[in-house]
This record gives sequence, C-alpha cells and structure tokens, in this order.
Amino acid sequence: MRLSYPSNVKVINVPCTGRVDILHLLKAIEDGADGVYVAGCLEGDCHYLTGNLKAKKRVAYVKKVLEDIGMEPERVEMYNLSAAQGTRFAEIAREFTERILDLGPSPVGSEAKSGGEAA
Amino acid sequence: MVVGESKPIEEILSMVADFNKILLTGCKGCVTVCNAGGQKEVGILASALKIARKKEGREIEIDEITLERQCDPEYIDQLEDPIAKNGYDAVVSMACSVGPQYIAKHYEDMLVFPALNTTFIGGSLEHGVWAEFCQACGACGIHNFGALCPIARCAKSLLNGPCGGSAGGKCEISQETDCVWHLIYERMSRLGQLDKMANVVMFKDWTSSRDGGPRKIVREDLKQ
Amino acid sequence: MKAGSNLEKVFAAGHLAVTGELGPPRGADTGHIHEKGKYLIGMVDSVNVTDNQTAVVRMASMAVCRLLLDMGIEPNLQMVCRDRNRLAIQADLLGASGLGIKNVLCLSGDHQKFGDHPQAKNVFDIDSMQLIATVKKMRDEGKLINDHECEGVPPYFIGAAVNPFADPFDFRVTRLAKKIEAGVDFIQTQCIYNMEKFRTYMQQAYDQGLTEKCYIMAGITPLKSVGMARYMQKFVPGLEVTEDHIERLKGVDKKKQGDEGIKIAIEQMQEVKEMKGIAGIHVMAIEWEERVEELVTGAGLLPRPQVA
Repeated sequence: MRLSYPSNVKVINVPCTGRVDILHLLKAIEDGADGVYVAGCLEGDCHYLTGNLKAKKRVAYVKKVLEDIGMEPERVEMYNLSAAQGTRFAEIAREFTERILDLGPSPVGSEAKSGGEAA
Repeated sequence: MVVGESKPIEEILSMVADFNKILLTGCKGCVTVCNAGGQKEVGILASALKIARKKEGREIEIDEITLERQCDPEYIDQLEDPIAKNGYDAVVSMACSVGPQYIAKHYEDMLVFPALNTTFIGGSLEHGVWAEFCQACGACGIHNFGALCPIARCAKSLLNGPCGGSAGGKCEISQETDCVWHLIYERMSRLGQLDKMANVVMFKDWTSSRDGGPRKIVREDLKQ
Repeated sequence: MKAGSNLEKVFAAGHLAVTGELGPPRGADTGHIHEKGKYLIGMVDSVNVTDNQTAVVRMASMAVCRLLLDMGIEPNLQMVCRDRNRLAIQADLLGASGLGIKNVLCLSGDHQKFGDHPQAKNVFDIDSMQLIATVKKMRDEGKLINDHECEGVPPYFIGAAVNPFADPFDFRVTRLAKKIEAGVDFIQTQCIYNMEKFRTYMQQAYDQGLTEKCYIMAGITPLKSVGMARYMQKFVPGLEVTEDHIERLKGVDKKKQGDEGIKIAIEQMQEVKEMKGIAGIHVMAIEWEERVEELVTGAGLLPRPQVA
C-alpha cells in the first residue's frame, strides 16, 4: 500500500505519543514550523495505557500558549488513528496541510522576520 | 511547600518588552515540585517568549539556568558568572517571590522580574491540583482542631466555627471549597473529642504572624 | 438589668419581644432612613441596623443607630468582624455606647466575596464568638481585651445570631451553647422556613436548658415572590427555603404572591410563638418595612408593651 501524503509533512517517530513533550511542540513552532500535529493511537488503545491521553493534554496546553501570545492555536493539533489506518494517515496529512495553507505561513518564520524588520 | 503558578504569558511579555537579552532562572525547590518554575517550565516559558517575539519580528535572546534553590545566597552566587559575562538586560526568576528578591539584593544594578505568582503554602491533592494548608501564623495550634488549620482553610479564619454559611460540607464562598470546620467537626467526632469543640476558643495572638511585622528566625547554634 | 434597654426590659417583664430590621442606605441620603424607620415606630421593641450587610458598603450602622434614636426608635447595633480589627471594634463599641446605643448584635460577617468590594482585604482578627466575649468583658469586668481598665463601662445588652439550618446540624445547638458561654444575652435566628428542623433545634436547646440562659428570637422573613424564594434557596448558603413555601406562592396569582408571603409569615409567627423556649420574634422584612405593621398585627403582637 503506497499512499502518498504531502511532502511538506516531516515525520518524527516516537515510540508512543506519550513521549511527545510540550517543549517538542513549542520548539517546532519556535524554529519556524507552520504547524505541528501529533498522530497518536486511538483513545483507549494506548500500548502504554495513557500515552496518547497525555499527548492530548500537552497539545491542548500548547494551543493555549499560542493563543496567549496571539498565534492561531489551530497550528497545533492532535489526531488519533490506529497503525492499520494508512489511508487515514495520508488523509490527516492532507487535511492538516490544507488547514495550514489556509492559515498561511507562521509569523515566526523567516519571511515574517524580515517583514518585521522592514516595518 | 511554597506553591506558585506562572503569571500569564502576556504579563511576562510586557515585562520584558523592552529587552533583547534576558536570563531566565528556575528553581529546583518547591516550584519544581509544583510544576511552576523548574527546569522544564523554564524551557517552556523561554520557548513561548521566543516564539512571541519572533512573531513580532523582534527576537529575544534567552539564556536558561535552573538553580538548586533561589532562597539561599550560595546558590544565587552561581549567577555571578553568567551575569558578568553576558550583558543581560534583565533577569526573570521563576522561583517563588523569594528568588527574585534574592537576585535583586545580590545584583544591585540588575533589573529583576518575577515570572510566577507565589500563591500559598500548601500541598498537592492529586497530580495537577494544589491547595492551601498553612498561613504561617507562627504559632501552630492545629492539634486543637483535629490537626486541621482553620486559620488557613476557613475563609473567615474563624476559631469557633463552623459559621452559618456551612452547607453540605462546603464553604459559602464556593462549592469548590470544603468547609474546614465541617471537616474538623467530623474528625473530632471520629476521635471522640467533640467535647473539646464545646469550649470557646479565645483571642488569637497575631504577633507571631505577619501582623507583628516581617519575621526573622535567628538560630545561634547554627549562625556563624 | 445589664443595659436597661427597652428590648432587655421587654424580655425581663416576660413579654414576647419583637425586633425589626433596617438596612442603611448605599449613600448619604438619610431621608431613606426616616422613610423606612417610621413604619417601624410602635411596631417593634427595637430595630437591628445592619453593618455593611452582605459585604456591601452602606452608611455606618452606628450612625444610623443614632439617627433612629433621634426618631424614638431603639436600635440594635449590628457589628461584623470582617471589617475591623480588635482596636476598631472596641473603639466603636465605646463610641456607640457614648451615642446611647444599648443593644449590640455580634456577627462574623458575610464574606466579602459576595459584596460590592470583593477586592477588599478582610480582617477577621477576632470572630463572632470572641466579639461576644469582648463586649461582655467590657461590660462585666470593665476591661478591654488587653485587660486595660475602661474609663467608663459600656452597658450593653449582647446579642448574636445563630443559623439552625447550617451544617453540621448536630453541632448547631452546641454552637449556641458556646455563644451563651461567651456571654450572649439574646439570640436572633436566621430566617426560618424549614419549621420542622427549627422545632428539632429548639427542642434540643430547650432540653439542654439553653432557653433558660438566653432569650431566643425566631427569625421570620416574608417571601415577596416565587423569584425571591428561589433566589434565597439557591444563592444564600445555609438558608433553607423549603419547597412547600414555593408551592404555596406558586398557587396564587403572581400579583398576589406578596400577600400570600405575608400570610405564610404570619402563620409562621403564630407557630413559633407557641414553641417552648421562644422569647421573641425577629421580623426581617427586607426592603418591605411598610408591611411590618400587617405582620405584627396578624400575629397578634400589637400593641407593643410599654415597660419602664
């Protein structure tokens, strides 16, 4: 099954989404990522019991941080799907990419920076 | 422990609005335990501030350091090197308010800001939930109240409660707040000490509390 | 006689005493006080003047007490511990006595969270129990809290409030006993709606001999409408408005609900009058002073006794 998904999505593997830290998500944004999402197992299906639930709370936390500093919280998201749902994985990648395209580039990126300097 | 919580990021951002380079200092004491100002929270705040400033097109440089404690001069000394070498515009402390005061005292020319609101002396009820247990009145008498403190935990600090606002075990100020006098009653009842509650507790001497002025303890056996 | 106030004399002569209540204005307009006060003349033996009730800033209780005295009405100075420390409390007690005020009602005070200045710092240096003890010490020993001798002793008839409907219920009579031990002369209860619970409370108080040690006045507040009843039921902690009252109000036309509320209150007054240990009735007609005459007439409490 060779499913294509947008090439702008960079996948970072973790053993469990429970390993994803608030700081990982923030650093991605800080370094200029236009969006970042966590793809965890279906709720209730975590091999480590609650890893994906922890990830969900951390994503919510980061959304709140972004909101507090005036950035779109939609740039961070949590998705749940099983390892068998390859089609869903590609679909999510497309869905999220579209969302980010709608939002436009992150104001943290290099373009905004030069824009800021110009202003 | 001393329990604190982060100030809103907007407030911290406005504190550092004019600066380009700051030192963000955490504390490995109480505020690490209550997840408010330890190494991890320092990292998160630094990142959030950097994102916000990048967004404005005015990057801010933030160095991070987390001290063993900020309430002992010997640890504050560890900031000497970084402060001397790096030309910070300001230091932001994520300790309880003792920390920024210690830093200000030690580094007289440095601007210092608190990133936390120091909230109370308390403990955790469960992961992520903390509550106040002590008001540091300086003359502990909780043994007279079933080992529960009415001064810190009764909204009116009554010594002869429960008042008429106690309903269903909750305080009149909020359904979220237990009536400590209800708890005292239940505990005294369990301990077979209800007769103790029949005595009028007379005036409290507040001189040992903050009302007597800022407090100090001198231990001659330890002092050098 | 401890204070020789009219209220104390009425009790001492064995009459069923009646007290009223007056809330000072949220401003400097004294016209308001005269307006409300005139409805109470001759209807009650003395009138409580609330002290920043529900933590809302109002004209000082002490000042309004004095204005009532000028109108020929005996006031009961309400005093809360929320807004003053022991220095201010004792100073105010001395001052009020100097103004001719003879009855004082010792209260902790509603928490400021519900008031119009929730940002305020509260005091609670002492609590209501200790406030009772303070007044008693001043009166009986002629001493301040710090044992300093008073130059001139304030003769006070000491009152306090109890709430038989707060929790834990089993402790409520014990707390009444504590107030008696602290030195209270008379008690006014929270507004009674759950008559059954009140009956149990009074029976316990009677059985423990407490009704012999102080004068207990049953608190009655007429309900103006279903809306008010629901509000009190939901938002006033420790106030138990039972469903039967609401049902009765609902049973009449909306315009007649006030009349029905008065009728219920009169029936309640007649009921508590017959209870063992009840020494008086405290009528709290909140912003409804003009109906007090109807209430006390209906309950057969007029004319008020003239005691010398």
